Amino acid sequence: MLISVLIISALGVAFGLGLGWAALRFHVDSDPVVERIDALLPQTQCGQCGYPGCRPYAEAISTEEADINQCPPGGDAGIRALADLLGREPKPLNPENGEETSKTVVLIDESRCIGCTLCIQACPVDAIVGAAKLMHTVIASECTGCNLCLPPCPVDCIDIIEAEKRPPRWHRPRPQAVLDGV
Amino acid sequence: MIAMTSTHQIELAKKAGEHTHHFHGGLRLRHNKKISCRDPVEQPPLPKLLVVPLLQHAGDIAEPLVHVGDAVLKGQQIGQCQPCAAVHSPVSGIVDAIEERSMSHPSGQPGLCVLIRPDGREQWVKINPLDDWLDASPDKLIAHMQNCGLAGLGGAVFPTHAKMRDGRDRNTHTLILNGVECEPYISCDEMLMREQPDKIILGARILRRALGAERVIIAIEDQMGAVEKALTGSAEYAESENISVVKVPTIYPEGGERQLIQVLTGLEVPAGGRPSDLGLICQNVATAAAVADAVTEGRPLIERYVTVTGNGVSHPRNFRALFGTPVSHLVDQCGGYTDDVARLVVGGPMMGYPLDSDDAPVVKASNCLLALTHTDIAAPQPEMPCIRCGECARVCPAMLLPQQLQLQIKNELWEPAQAYGLSACIECGCCDYVCPSHIPLVDWFRFGKGELRKRVLENEATELARKRFESREARLLRIKQERAGKMARRKQMLKDKSTQQDRIRASIERAENKGRTKSHKHSNGTPDDT
Repeated sequence: MLISVLIISALGVAFGLGLGWAALRFHVDSDPVVERIDALLPQTQCGQCGYPGCRPYAEAISTEEADINQCPPGGDAGIRALADLLGREPKPLNPENGEETSKTVVLIDESRCIGCTLCIQACPVDAIVGAAKLMHTVIASECTGCNLCLPPCPVDCIDIIEAEKRPPRWHRPRPQAVLDGV
Repeated sequence: MIAMTSTHQIELAKKAGEHTHHFHGGLRLRHNKKISCRDPVEQPPLPKLLVVPLLQHAGDIAEPLVHVGDAVLKGQQIGQCQPCAAVHSPVSGIVDAIEERSMSHPSGQPGLCVLIRPDGREQWVKINPLDDWLDASPDKLIAHMQNCGLAGLGGAVFPTHAKMRDGRDRNTHTLILNGVECEPYISCDEMLMREQPDKIILGARILRRALGAERVIIAIEDQMGAVEKALTGSAEYAESENISVVKVPTIYPEGGERQLIQVLTGLEVPAGGRPSDLGLICQNVATAAAVADAVTEGRPLIERYVTVTGNGVSHPRNFRALFGTPVSHLVDQCGGYTDDVARLVVGGPMMGYPLDSDDAPVVKASNCLLALTHTDIAAPQPEMPCIRCGECARVCPAMLLPQQLQLQIKNELWEPAQAYGLSACIECGCCDYVCPSHIPLVDWFRFGKGELRKRVLENEATELARKRFESREARLLRIKQERAGKMARRKQMLKDKSTQQDRIRASIERAENKGRTKSHKHSNGTPDDT
């Protein structure tokens, strides 16, 4: 009786130590699921999901604090990819977060810009260059189309424009499928 | 993705042209070239207005260098684009406008063009040929090609200097001049080889020098008897060494770079790789002639040979047309359209794309303008379901499975499509041609290839945004910490009475010292002043 109790206790202590050691030895700083979720998000950093950037949203999804249908720029394709990764049912985009639109960028009307630097501070990807009392401009190739620079602009000199789709950015459209699904 | 090639393969590649080999699939098509080869090539009279697009090459659109109302000279640079090819004025005249016009692009979309009204004087800008090209460094030659706006005249208009730089950096041993014009109707390269063999061979020697290559192979079709005679009979050929003319059997699409290399060497250019992996560089014969013009005469690329042909024009022929010449102007010189003309195509019947209007200009890529009649294009047959006959796979020169790829693209399964080699499709149209169900396979592949490219670009943009967001977050955090640290230090200092006393004493001392040195200086300074 005593022997079996001792053996079981000894085993318990041994496994406990083993697990404790493993927890320290194989400790991961960040949750790898967060990385994988973040990799599927469009990195627009627009905050439409209600979180201050794509990574915070990814963290919220991983803790099931946020749902997978809160990212308008990712759209349906993004929701499907997230559902695949997390083994959940895809669902339609939550209209409270916004609508899926085609890719846009912003353009500063340089003649109206007063050089207040407010938009520079708002840009989550540092895609606006300029200095105080000097003209600002958007680096179109680095603009994610998050539109976060619009509200702080005191003179409304920032416009939303379609991202360049003409040649050489053009590519052939989908042919008319006569027999879809065949 | 850079494919590795073995030294054995490179040894084989060095024997290019000794025997001819085969490539998979392909088609034997009716040529229809003779109709446009009856007359010598002429330069049409100057049109009233030239529309010169600023996007005539593969790459980014050029920035205009002139303004509305400027007088320009023939050969003057009017557009620049650093990594791409320059654009030059084909005539002397006045810039009428810089605006969006049709630019003969496959998209059919307009783009920025410089409209030039010729003054008829044909006054050249000061030209600077490289007279000493035999001693010039490859770098200088290649830079000269860039300044002269050279781009591949086979139709892909890839900037010549970029290809040459790649070739020079990678131990190119053989330059292949592509004179295989395998698509039906097109005869501009054939006419060029017949009329200007000396220029082509001179261009080949310049290109060879710029590459540091040893040999040149000029590949022509076995049906081009007159061309072979012209090339081998030319004075330049007699004087040159290590230049050979090789005849290859006429099978479409042998004029494709990869297919031609396979015929000449028996080797396949690896998927995702380039001919330079095998130590080979392919250039079109027309590009070689343009190189000779650019280097020995200093003439930038402002014109090209264009075939205007098809049953839809009265008198098909070849022209040496300035870029910007409206297509309608060339058709007028051919005696106009026939009554039953139905469609105008840029390029050949297999790979060409339709033009919306004949106002579109001749550009660097326009090798052929094909006017088709109603009988030529006969009402398209209705598309039927794929019957899995496998004909498309049998003729595919890239050895792909077109039926499989089409299904994947239709269902937007991009990863499998990539894995099945969609990027290796050369859009030759063989599968379309043989498909008994009339499925527009190439349209799907073009769409699919565009999607794959778009996805690559999107991924790059996403990665960039992620990096920039993360570095911004890190920066904001660092600034916050620094600020907090500073505050903490200051607070600590205020708390610590003794250090405060020390600091006060130290600053008093500093002030006193300063006063002393000042008065000292002052007393020293006075004798000098008097």
